[in-house]
Amino acid sequence: MSIIVSSIGQGLLWAVLGVALFLTFRILNFPDMTVEGSFPLGAATAVAMIAHGVNPYLATISAFIVGAIAGLITGLLYTKGKIPILLAGILVMTASLSINLRIMGSANISLLNQKSLFSAAFLRHLPKYFDSVLVGFVIIVIITIALIFFLQTELGQAFIATGDNPNMAQSIGIKTDRMTIMGLMLSNGLIAFGGAVIAQNNGYADINMGIGIIVIALASIIIGEVVFGELTLNERLVAVIVGSILYRLVLLAVLQLGFSTNDLNLISAFVLALAMMLPQIRHALKLDTMLKKGVAPHD
Amino acid sequence: MTEPVFSLKNVVVTVGENTEILKSLNLDIFDGDFITVLGTNGAGKSTLFNAIAGNLPISTGQILHHNHNIANESAVTRTNYIARVFQDPKMGTAPRMTVAENLLLAEKRGAKRRLRSRGLTKEKLNEYATITKTMGNNLDTRLQTATGDLSGGQRQALSFLMATRVKPELLLLDEHTAALDPKTSEQLMLATNQQVTDNHLTALMITHNLADALQYGNRLIILNAGQIVLDVRDEDKKMLTEEQILKYFIA
Repeated sequence: MSIIVSSIGQGLLWAVLGVALFLTFRILNFPDMTVEGSFPLGAATAVAMIAHGVNPYLATISAFIVGAIAGLITGLLYTKGKIPILLAGILVMTASLSINLRIMGSANISLLNQKSLFSAAFLRHLPKYFDSVLVGFVIIVIITIALIFFLQTELGQAFIATGDNPNMAQSIGIKTDRMTIMGLMLSNGLIAFGGAVIAQNNGYADINMGIGIIVIALASIIIGEVVFGELTLNERLVAVIVGSILYRLVLLAVLQLGFSTNDLNLISAFVLALAMMLPQIRHALKLDTMLKKGVAPHD
Repeated sequence: MTEPVFSLKNVVVTVGENTEILKSLNLDIFDGDFITVLGTNGAGKSTLFNAIAGNLPISTGQILHHNHNIANESAVTRTNYIARVFQDPKMGTAPRMTVAENLLLAEKRGAKRRLRSRGLTKEKLNEYATITKTMGNNLDTRLQTATGDLSGGQRQALSFLMATRVKPELLLLDEHTAALDPKTSEQLMLATNQQVTDNHLTALMITHNLADALQYGNRLIILNAGQIVLDVRDEDKKMLTEEQILKYFIA
């Protein structure tokens, strides 16, 4: 039972990444590799600050700002520097590896005996793993509501239009470069924020913790889409959260089969590839028609 | 005659080394002009539109807007007073957003987009139902439909409504009915003419349909090899025939 609770808690905490990546991957319509750098960047920033005695809340918010700066750089390289988005993201991701080492001073820092978001007294009275569920739930609910509100504003609508049809957006006076940069800043800020929270939950920050992040975030988006199908924009954000939890449960099931945690990246990639190919497979095997035939009376 | 709203002075657009697409072109556009633009492929019609809208830099010359040179203003800045409808129905609308959301976006042309509620109220929807009804193609029943699911004619009618939602000082219609079937095309042409006349819009319309060019608008220009070879208005335009126009098409 407690491992299921743990998975749900992890799913909720990691859902921040799925929702953040949704802004670029689904709304702006491009893959942003920066996230593999901004995630450990957020973790490093928050953990290093906490280790220096900074208030954990302040440290977590600082992580958001640092992540947003990473997004800003990617955005400037892409819109003003005319570097293709994939490469712009990879450049910032690579550069941030060095930045992370500078911030942390070593390849990993522990938060042992330090205060964190998870050390509030009432959280420690909860049963094991329920602290991650509660913190994760509160954070993702606040972020999702804020994003739903944002996307319904004049600015949010201009942001959506930029991803949907940049030519049209420009023709009605939307400054698409600015919208793209804003989206990248918001997305990477949230990813770094997620990195800060997850590092505090783990109790350490590690230089390698960004590897495979984009696959995990994408998996929650795609699983949510495969499970729920056609949805409105607001519902899709919620679907990402559910997708993130389902992804954790799938991982749990796979680990129960006897795989080791060292295989996690392989399994993540496999789960994502499978989820993305599911519509094709379904079509190729004519599963839908086969099922219908199976239940329909003979004519 | 009064001051022109827009005035092109000796505009040259060059591509590559020194291929001139527009050759020292001069054009005065007056308030309320509805100008049909004719010309063979490669005559420079689209280049003329791109130069006015700011999507293509001009090499020399001036583009005056109320006697103020806008040649160095960006395309996005010029959208404050210039609106455009493209030939491709996919170009003018955001496919995953609904008809109402698209109209709402267009309503903010030239205004700052703030962090406040977009304000898609019941009153707004009623207003949109009224204006979309004027297009006569059931667009009013599909306000909550994603525009990607509309027919080409409906999308193009929506693009037109979006371009005119905030009255532009100049409306550029770039063969906006060309991708539609003859019946839908005629319907949109009639609606266009209605709106341009009723709202006293100033418009340039590229077309390859000679009958349309003769029937609509108060002024007609023919482009050939980057220059205006014919510019007629009012009575002179009414006297013009298709045969006379065709003479100008021989390069």
